[in-house]
Amino acid sequence: MDYDLTEEQRMFQQMVREFADNEVAPVTDELDEKGEFPYELQAKMAEMGLFGLPIPEEYGGSGAGLVTYALAVEEISRASASLGITMAAHTSLGCLPIFFFGSEEQKQEWLVPMATGEKLGAFGLTEPEAGSDAGATKTAAELKNGQWVINGTKCFITNSGTDITSVITITAVTGKIGGKKEISNIVVPAGTPGFTVSPPYRKMGWHSSDTHELSFSDCRVPESNLLGGRGDGFKQFLKVLDCGRIGVAALSVGMAQACLDESVKYAKSRVQFGQPIGRNQGISFKCADMLVEVELSRNATIKAAWLADQKRDYSREASIAKLFASEAAMRAASSAVQIHGGYGYVEDYPVCRIFRDSKILEIGEGTSEVQRIVLSRGLGL
Amino acid sequence: MNIVVCVKQVPDTSDPDTEVHIDGTGKGVDQGKFSFVINDADNFAVEEAILLKEKHGGEVTVVNIGPEAANQVIRMALAKGGDSAVRLDDEKFAYSDPVATARLLASALKDVEYDLVMTGCLATDDGYGAVGIALAQLLGVPHAAYAKTVEVVDDKKLKVGRELEGGLLEMNEIELPCVLAIQTGGNEPRYASFKGIREASKKEIKVMDLAATGLSEDQVGEAGSVAVMTQYSVPEVGELAEILEGDPAETAGKLAGILKEKGLV
Ligand SMILES: Cc1cc2nc3c(=O)[nH]c(=O)nc-3n(C[C@H](O)[C@H](O)[C@H](O)COP(=O)(O)OP(=O)(O)OC[C@H]3O[C@@H](n4cnc5c(N)ncnc54)[C@H](O)[C@@H]3O)c2cc1C
Repeated sequence: MDYDLTEEQRMFQQMVREFADNEVAPVTDELDEKGEFPYELQAKMAEMGLFGLPIPEEYGGSGAGLVTYALAVEEISRASASLGITMAAHTSLGCLPIFFFGSEEQKQEWLVPMATGEKLGAFGLTEPEAGSDAGATKTAAELKNGQWVINGTKCFITNSGTDITSVITITAVTGKIGGKKEISNIVVPAGTPGFTVSPPYRKMGWHSSDTHELSFSDCRVPESNLLGGRGDGFKQFLKVLDCGRIGVAALSVGMAQACLDESVKYAKSRVQFGQPIGRNQGISFKCADMLVEVELSRNATIKAAWLADQKRDYSREASIAKLFASEAAMRAASSAVQIHGGYGYVEDYPVCRIFRDSKILEIGEGTSEVQRIVLSRGLGL
Repeated sequence: MNIVVCVKQVPDTSDPDTEVHIDGTGKGVDQGKFSFVINDADNFAVEEAILLKEKHGGEVTVVNIGPEAANQVIRMALAKGGDSAVRLDDEKFAYSDPVATARLLASALKDVEYDLVMTGCLATDDGYGAVGIALAQLLGVPHAAYAKTVEVVDDKKLKVGRELEGGLLEMNEIELPCVLAIQTGGNEPRYASFKGIREASKKEIKVMDLAATGLSEDQVGEAGSVAVMTQYSVPEVGELAEILEGDPAETAGKLAGILKEKGLV
């Protein structure tokens, strides 16, 4: 049993932390206010290898494990949740489907430029009428003359409309087997005729992360854009989501840590009734609870990532980590605003943004309810 | 062009929670609660060395005097593009003044082929600002201190910009080999990539103890120093100083009041 990080992991964690403190934190509020996608920061992060950490070097990535990836997502998210999800969604939802299921040719064409961070990738699963019930997908792809003809709508797709988005992998119904829908994953390059990206959503938080509704109207891509086997779509996205959950869990840890840091700082300096508010147990106990939840969230996240690195089954642990860490982050954000009083409700203090940025953690990549469904099914219930 | 860059590990003074306490000997500070980082100016020296290597080829050797824990700053310099490293480590090296320190660094260079040696211009912990110059003296080569810009003229000469008061840049030509004590702010130190960090773990850090330096005991540490530090002390709080209490909003308000009252604004 060994709880220590390796020297390599510690060094990279330190480097990402320095980057987050020096380069990201000073511009987070401005980016958030303007709702701008941070191209410059993205490029700098790409140089550090942050946009393809778990992808092997031969495909443009860094060949790091998921523990390293989780540590990096945490550090970036501590400074900016928007940047954290940009990196995490690109890695797990953008790169991994092609890495896991793509042919050598598909990897060379699409994965390499994404894993270097030169391009961004996205995954389109959610539809207006198929959210938690992802199997209810309506988007259809019909094979005609060697081309998939795609019709349908996807919603809430992260990284799908930036200037450097290269491909979106979508789930689509490609036929019926024995009365059941046959779902497959198909890669749609940005700019394909018939594929329209709607203007960005006006979101509660994650303002500098890029999210769009996508519509497909007789959009044609070559037959060879099918990812893996026809009809394997469902199986494939479940595997992708497992890793995605580690990303959201790590994101949650970073945000909860930021809440804790800000709260402790504020509790020490804000004086009311002649003493720092942190002298009151009503405040200090909130900080203690936050500390406990940050630590437990981090442990659960790193454990799931470690299992994945050991090539062991980690689906249940990823779900546990995502569920606990996301809810802990929301609780931490709520406490942090409470500790800041009225100042927590205005944008002059970071906890205000973190509060807005937190809620989605309990929704994206499987809502809390969906995690509980998955976990209780595992218990045979 | 082969470059040697000297790096020192220092306590992280950017952390506002860093508290400095004098230890029992009176000649050191309690290091238990410090986190350590590369000295600020040395970070710029490393970047300058790597930029020069990227432009003109050659190898960068990183030299450090420090315990095994200093490997972290050495490895980071290697991760950014350094090729190999030497770490001088012996308890006899403790309490070396800038001259003894320079002597140790010079001893590490006896088997290294170099055209240029770089140090930071000042260490943030002891603040001597003398090691680079002493090193040049011992190596018998020219030096420039507070160097901010470095340009290669040809394989025998550099053009070095030294930053003076008011941002004035003084341009000098200096013959190679030489020592440059690098000022902060002349470049933008990079962040190591994951791949760089992975590569760094495969690069060699040669460790030299006193015997390996070929120096004698009286040339290093306190015995080999021209200046001997006797004691640290905390300045006493003077009567004339008024310490303002309260949170930043309060203290700023009080300060503004005082400045106005004294007619200073
Ligand atoms: C900012 C943002 C980014 C996103 N990025 C992506 C992306 O990149 N790719 C992508 O494919 N999707 C993305 N999503 C979509 C996200 O994954 C979905 O919003 C999420 O899965 C929930 O689906 P839904 O919104 O349709 O909610 P619904 O499924 O309609 O759920 C509504 C509520 O009902 C609950 N519920 C549903 N079924 C049950 C049940 N059986 N038992 C108990 N409760 C239930 C849910 O938990 C939830 O509380 C993103 C969403 C947002 C907001």
